[in-house]
Amino acid sequence: MTYQEKKSIVSIISAILIFVSFCAYKYVRYPEEGLESTEAFHYWGSFVLVLTLVSIFAHIVISIVFNIVFRITTGEKEPAFADELDKHIELKANRNGFFVFILGFLLAMGSLVIEQPVQVMFVTLIVSGFISDVTGSVTKLYHYRRGV
Amino acid sequence: MGKNLVGNHIRKLRFNHDEMTQQQLADKVGVTRQTIVALEKGNYSPSLELAFRIAHAFNMPLEEVFFYGDNTKE
Repeated sequence: MTYQEKKSIVSIISAILIFVSFCAYKYVRYPEEGLESTEAFHYWGSFVLVLTLVSIFAHIVISIVFNIVFRITTGEKEPAFADELDKHIELKANRNGFFVFILGFLLAMGSLVIEQPVQVMFVTLIVSGFISDVTGSVTKLYHYRRGV
Repeated sequence: MGKNLVGNHIRKLRFNHDEMTQQQLADKVGVTRQTIVALEKGNYSPSLELAFRIAHAFNMPLEEVFFYGDNTKE
């Protein structure tokens, strides 16, 4: 298995672990009596912002650890640059990821149209962000294994 | 995903050029080894620029390194 394939798998696993752990952490802090509208926006706003920051930080740390482990276990250095195949696959991954996120965004707006609580809209947005991240990594893995 | 219609003789040419490794060819043409692997497996059709760079690396014309469709001539 090549460096890029291993990296895609690590990326999928880390995205799932980060998202599930963060949701579990925030879930126990959700007020039992529910949220007033102003509190709700504050809660979900901070949820999205903190999740974004935690994800970026965790991905950087996991990427560094992965590169170190890769060097130790294989004795090879990771590729220092992205060539045309990498860029081609990156574009396809971004396209699929954005498509999933736009779909989630439209669903979130749809939930407001059918008068669902604002929580449903935020949960749909957050979950679609997570699924789009995973979709991007799965697309990369697929194309590195099966070709472009 | 189906096989690409653009095929090549890269593997054979590498061995005919002092058993050049995939990494050596990758360094010569400015791509990663993964891309050479994908090309040899027929999983990737290179850009015209990369195809020319590979042909130049073997000092051969483009059509002797790459072919389109079924290579029945060989």
